[in-house]
Amino acid sequence: MAFVAIADRDHEHALHDPQSFIRKYIWSQDHKVIAVQYAIVAIAIGLVALTMSVLMRLQLGFPDTFAFIAPENYYQFITMHGMIMVIYLLTALFLGGFGNYLIPLMCGSRDMVFPYMNMLSFWVYLLAVLVLVAGMFVPGGPTGAGWTLYPPQAILPGTPGASWGIICMLASLAIFIVAFTMGGLNYVTTVLQARCRGMTLMRMPLSVWGIFTASILGLLAFPALFVSAVMMMLDSLVGTSFFMPAVASMGEPSRYSGGSPLLFQHLFWFFGHPEVYIVALPAFGIVSDLLSTHARRNIFGYRMMVWAILAIGCLSFVVWAHHMYISGMNPYFGFFFATTTLIIAVPTAIKVYNWVLTIWRGDVHLTVPMLFAIGFIFTFVNGGLTGLFLGNVTVDVPLSGTYFVVAHFHMVMGVSPILVVFGAIYHWYPKMTGRMLDETLGKIHFWATFIGTYAIYLPMHYLGILGVPRRYYAYSNSIEFIPPSVHEVNQWITISALFVAAVQMVFLFNLVWSLRHGKPSGDNPWRATTLEWQTPDTPPKHGNWGKDLPVVYRWAYDYSVPSAPQDFIPQNVPPDDRTPAGREHGVKS
Amino acid sequence: MAEDVLEAERSTAALRGLRAAASDWAQDKQAFAVPWGKAMMWIFLLSDTFVFTCFLTSYMNVRISTTETWPNASEVFALTVGGTHVPLLLIAIMTMILITSSGTMAMAVNYGYRRDRKRTAALMFATAAFGLSFVGMQAFEWTKLIVEEGVRPWGNPMGAAQFGSSFFMITGFHGLHVSAGVIYLTVVALRVLRGFYDRKGTYETVEIAGLYWHFVDLVWVFIFALFYLW
Repeated sequence: MAFVAIADRDHEHALHDPQSFIRKYIWSQDHKVIAVQYAIVAIAIGLVALTMSVLMRLQLGFPDTFAFIAPENYYQFITMHGMIMVIYLLTALFLGGFGNYLIPLMCGSRDMVFPYMNMLSFWVYLLAVLVLVAGMFVPGGPTGAGWTLYPPQAILPGTPGASWGIICMLASLAIFIVAFTMGGLNYVTTVLQARCRGMTLMRMPLSVWGIFTASILGLLAFPALFVSAVMMMLDSLVGTSFFMPAVASMGEPSRYSGGSPLLFQHLFWFFGHPEVYIVALPAFGIVSDLLSTHARRNIFGYRMMVWAILAIGCLSFVVWAHHMYISGMNPYFGFFFATTTLIIAVPTAIKVYNWVLTIWRGDVHLTVPMLFAIGFIFTFVNGGLTGLFLGNVTVDVPLSGTYFVVAHFHMVMGVSPILVVFGAIYHWYPKMTGRMLDETLGKIHFWATFIGTYAIYLPMHYLGILGVPRRYYAYSNSIEFIPPSVHEVNQWITISALFVAAVQMVFLFNLVWSLRHGKPSGDNPWRATTLEWQTPDTPPKHGNWGKDLPVVYRWAYDYSVPSAPQDFIPQNVPPDDRTPAGREHGVKS
Repeated sequence: MAEDVLEAERSTAALRGLRAAASDWAQDKQAFAVPWGKAMMWIFLLSDTFVFTCFLTSYMNVRISTTETWPNASEVFALTVGGTHVPLLLIAIMTMILITSSGTMAMAVNYGYRRDRKRTAALMFATAAFGLSFVGMQAFEWTKLIVEEGVRPWGNPMGAAQFGSSFFMITGFHGLHVSAGVIYLTVVALRVLRGFYDRKGTYETVEIAGLYWHFVDLVWVFIFALFYLW
């Protein structure tokens, strides 16, 4: 019997819209509702992390002023800020939020392949967030071990939250990984197996490619974090010594002996480095689509963009120890990891060139999403270049542990993906709600955020080169190598950070206000080619496509095709006399 | 000169071949001609492979890093039967049982595709029973280790503390996988028996459950080799 693709089989059970409020919005199996649920929770917990960064900056800019920020609180803020931003905000928002929303719509599917599991994924994610939040209220407060949670200090007395907080953190991470696995399996399988007719892999929009590859990375990298969380929990609760060497704690010999703290670092960064790309690859993909759409030009070098995403994904698994140059390792290892790290610059640079060449002499519309996309190119190149410094062992050794590192990773994996998140929200909000976000507020939001970013992070490079160590609660005036300018710079950074944080409220206001009062957007306000803009309804209904699934005839980037009646040809428009066949993969006929 | 040209042609031909292969694969609507559930199970097992790899690598790492001597596994896991001292006896039986259960599972899948409802269900129940007996023997092994040998996760009289830690963690995690598999197989077998898959028109779920079960067996082979035999 010939195998019939499941997406082509007749639907035994007709898709009917769930009617009750609870089935529709709470226990929903619709990927679009789940996406919004993910996004709301992620942004809510992200605001907690934002508040913590404000508190940290207040302490650094004006030490001895705020009595309620004790040293241990400062470390707790650092830890929770980092962990929340990287995992509970960015990972969840890109994959659970945008992945959920965009994959079925862009691939022309009715939903994820296993909607029930998709729903569970969200609820388990919510549980992970609740356990994380619970950790802030247990005796001793949340863990203050730094977001890398390095043992032995993470579970020894003296570190804030070493008894309860760390357990909540680890448990929350383990639960998050379960949630992500359920979602990630759905994303990957949907992309591979449930595309509509004509949607070949090489016709998929780059957003899907980025999210797809990032999901694979997640499925292969999170196991290392899961295992290290389990082992550290055993060390802390049961008294095993996986990561714990024989150490004296508080002047007493501890109960531990013979474990390897370096093992934790290897496991953590085997997860941690791919994690950078779990956040970056969806951003790469989405920004490619934003640039192409708003510059009315086909993406430059589509095929190379796809291969670059895949190459970066593979390489990200063999560079992890560049986070550990000063942890102690065989010099040949340092050589190996420095080499692989620098090789990643090649596909990454290809992507940056292609982005620039995409908008080069394009019909650039400086819409809000486009502004954020262009802003991303700036911050990403900036953060990427400092990555070259830190990838080299000899340059890294003096810079490691200073504010240079803080500046680098905030530029490259903090600000850059966040700019894409903003751009993507401005871009797809009309599809989600049927209304445009307010443009003036959007432009205020962009310029304040973009300039504010540089005001915050450029001076940090200077601090780093001066040798100002990171993770310090306060810098006393009596430390010789810290000149007075450091204090002034810290004040400047704090004021900028307060400003940028305040401007985000404009964005939140815009999100809520436009829900009611935004300009109606119509089906395809950006005149984009990809399938999600061709749905019969806006916002799309349950099942996305009405009675018949779309059929795809061309790639996602037919913009400004000569002789076409308008400057874009949607993917589901068949070729005829006036709309030529797609110029796939940049091949010009 | 001519050779250079030939060489260049050959390499571009190879490149073109590679590109054509990638393109052929990408053209299909589905990347793999398998049902969704089966594709998802394969991907999950790939992810789970990484979990077990991390566990086993960590075990090897602490075995190297620990400062005390590593207990001799074949002695620790020896049984005395009828006055004879047999190293690794219990574990050999457990391994045999698990491998046999893979055989019955494979037969169940075969009968599933023949739409033989009763034999499929019977073989799946047999597989689950083998799995259950494996977990039971594991419980016996743990009890013996804890009660008689005094092995604890945080230390043991024979040497390095990491021996017990790794043992309980890894076999425990694998045991959880087996237990979950027993439940999974029982549920699917009951559905087979009730004719659920006859009405659905396909027995692919039996095969998907089989994939999981074979994976759990395969992992055991590695645990057996790396923990008990090394």
